[in-house]
Amino acid sequence: MDLFNAIIQVLDSTIRLSVPLLLACLAGLYSERAGIFDIGLEGKMLVGAFAGAASASVFHSAYIGLGMAILISVAFALIHGFASITHRGNQIVSGVAINFIAAGSTIMLGQAWFQQGGRTPALASDERFGAIIWPGADAVRSVPILGPIYSELISGHSVLVYVAFLAVPFTWWVLFRTRFGLRMRAVGENPAAVDTAGISVAWLRYRALICTGVLTGIAGAYLSMVQNGGFVKDMTAGKGYIALAALIFAKWKPVNAMFACLLFGFLDALSIRLQGTPLPLIGKVPVQLMQALPYILTVILLAGFIGKAIPPRAGGVPYVKER
Amino acid sequence: MAQAAIELIGINKSFGAVRANRDINLEIARGTIHGIVGENGAGKSTLMSILYGFYQADSGEIRVGGQPASIKSPNDAIALGIGMVHQHFMLVDNFTVLENVILGAESDALLKKSIAKARSELERLEREYGLEVDPDAIIEELPVGLQQRVEILKALYRGAEILILDEPTGVLTPAEADHLFRILRQLKEQGKTIVLITHKLREIMAITDTVSVMRQGTMVATRETTKTTVGELAELMVGRRVLLRVEKGEAEAVGVKLAVRNLTVKDSRGVTMVDNVSFDVRAGEIVGIAGVAGNGQSEMLEAISGIRRAVSGSVMLDGKPIDLTGAADPGELRDRGLAHVPEDRHHVGLVLAFEENENSILGYHDDPRYVKGPFLDIDAIRDDARDKISKYDIRPADCRLKTANFSGGNQQKIVLAREMEQDPGVLIVGQPTRGVDVGAIEFIHKRLIAMRDQGKAVLVVSVELDEIRSLSDRILVMFAGRIVGERGPEATEGELGLLMAGVEHREAAE
Ligand SMILES: Nc1ncnc2c1ncn2[C@@H]1O[C@H](COP(=O)(O)OP(=O)(O)OP(=O)(O)O)[C@@H](O)[C@H]1O
Ligand SMILES: [Mg+2]
Repeated sequence: MDLFNAIIQVLDSTIRLSVPLLLACLAGLYSERAGIFDIGLEGKMLVGAFAGAASASVFHSAYIGLGMAILISVAFALIHGFASITHRGNQIVSGVAINFIAAGSTIMLGQAWFQQGGRTPALASDERFGAIIWPGADAVRSVPILGPIYSELISGHSVLVYVAFLAVPFTWWVLFRTRFGLRMRAVGENPAAVDTAGISVAWLRYRALICTGVLTGIAGAYLSMVQNGGFVKDMTAGKGYIALAALIFAKWKPVNAMFACLLFGFLDALSIRLQGTPLPLIGKVPVQLMQALPYILTVILLAGFIGKAIPPRAGGVPYVKER
Repeated sequence: MAQAAIELIGINKSFGAVRANRDINLEIARGTIHGIVGENGAGKSTLMSILYGFYQADSGEIRVGGQPASIKSPNDAIALGIGMVHQHFMLVDNFTVLENVILGAESDALLKKSIAKARSELERLEREYGLEVDPDAIIEELPVGLQQRVEILKALYRGAEILILDEPTGVLTPAEADHLFRILRQLKEQGKTIVLITHKLREIMAITDTVSVMRQGTMVATRETTKTTVGELAELMVGRRVLLRVEKGEAEAVGVKLAVRNLTVKDSRGVTMVDNVSFDVRAGEIVGIAGVAGNGQSEMLEAISGIRRAVSGSVMLDGKPIDLTGAADPGELRDRGLAHVPEDRHHVGLVLAFEENENSILGYHDDPRYVKGPFLDIDAIRDDARDKISKYDIRPADCRLKTANFSGGNQQKIVLAREMEQDPGVLIVGQPTRGVDVGAIEFIHKRLIAMRDQGKAVLVVSVELDEIRSLSDRILVMFAGRIVGERGPEATEGELGLLMAGVEHREAAE
């Protein structure tokens, strides 16, 4: 029974840890499917996290926090669009610049506004997104096996967790069942085809980037207002890059993205759980190794185990009609 | 004269310093097929892209059906009933036929309804025009002929009354081209207006009612097709008399330069593309490989020139073997005097983002003529490029221009100039005049024959029978990966056509 509880706990934290990855990964999916590489997921999450926590603590409302997180993150996505769509700049350079601006400005503004060494004030419980307890969760807790699964794994998460997982089928539906999705996929493959079909390439790509901004905003809000009770500098800690790895891993498909993020979340949860516990045969595993595991896994798997990952063909190339 | 479907009045368009269209006037009657011919870079594609709203004219007026029209985007053109099949297809390769057809013309925000509607509409179009294609096939798995059909369906689905086709037959086999022309005639009978750009004057004579000639951005003449000749059109295009069939003397073939023995090549799926092929090319002769596209010619060229791995067989260059295991280094082959003009210039022959002069030495950048110590000798390279530009009449004559900004035919000349001017012992050329105008064809043919007369061995692969017959001293016909016959240059078109269709081959096998 102990083992079962341990497994439930690891799975529970797997869900919690994979949520920001999943949101960021889906965010990247929108932009890359439309042909815009986005290295700046990390930065957009970070500004989202900061804007969310800062405004939640100032206005004492989690929802205002979430709204601001999305707003600022979308604004950064539009800056990326302005540089790379309107001005046909290099998408990698623009993305990296956004990450730098995000890292620097959040610390600077945080210090200037709150004087807590770049942190935002600790959020009170009504300024955060609390857990939603599903009906009957407490009643069934003692039922063996199914009880803990329902009450721990399914019930008891914040609303943003459910949003993240609902975003998976929703994204799939948008991508493969709607006109917008068809056009977005087309513009990532062959913008000239979209252009000659009488659709504006730029406007289509901007709309995809807005979707990206919304999702990274939610991801940021999750970090600072659910996982943590406030903003801490550099709190994204490379999650934007892991999300990109997951996206490649998932071959730019939403359902695959969910599994990839769950896998990375699971490794993360496992590494926390196993800290200091000796494993049979191997003995004590250094924490660093466990933490590096997602990256090592990505490299190994991309090196041939998942087959060829073919990115959207027009990805990274600005659309130029008249040279 | 019937009412005009399209009137273009005083159209001007420049790309930077290049004046692609100057003061163009053109009137096309409703329900006719109108041909446009002109040299490479004459501005044909540009003019039609302006009509289609893809480019904006700098000045000028467009009237559609007698009404002044403002065409600011392809959307406006589509709304006015104008459809266009571009020189380079505008399809999303990993989409299905249906998805490509509805893209931009979806009837509903959800795909399901749009697709259902398109499916029944496609069935109707298929029945009406004989435009059969599997609506659920993925574009990249279709042969180019069918991809083009999808482009036509796209235009018809959008209700096109005026259909522009930019060099539609450049990539088609003769049978596919015939089918296309049947469709075009049928569309014309239904009252649709068709504009056809092509370099093949024979096609102009066969199908058009009227024809216009463009030269260096201007419209130089418009004729009724029945009142003109191929010779006159060629002369109008180039501004001088053109030899449609280049004169050449008897070949004086001597020793074997290139010997291919039992060559077998498989493609990436493991299908045998070249099947036990053997032949020789001697110094001082041109050997032409005829065949319908896709019968293994491309794979054979790639294997000989060291780009593709062969399964078995051997190739001897000047009596010494070429490594066919995939380790062959095209650079080494170049040093040994084998030059190769690849079929697919865009992907294999050129770096489109480079300047012209850089492409004109691509692969020869180690040559002592172009280097100074560890550095490239930029001045020498540019002088050399200017030299080739004037010799091969590459336009615009600017060696600093990005290669992507040259028209298709001029890009072709850049590659040919590079490979021919290296003075190789063996020259292998795939589709030497694909997409090239008559003036340039004459020039390229003359150069190839001149190389032959200097004692070089020349191997030409072309899907154009006319070209094979006028160039070759010996013709080998390829069918299904095998060489099914050898003929002299006096072979008739019918005879070669039968071989190419595999008829005699099958009879022999029975
Ligand atoms: N997008 C572009 N940007 C810059 N220059 C261009 C562009 N498109 C065409 N040009 C230039 O305009 C001129 C006309 O080109 P266009 O493609 O209309 O020729 P064309 O008559 O269709 O030739 P071809 O028979 O080779 O297709 C050429 O000199 C070409 O280099
Ligand atoms: Mg053209």
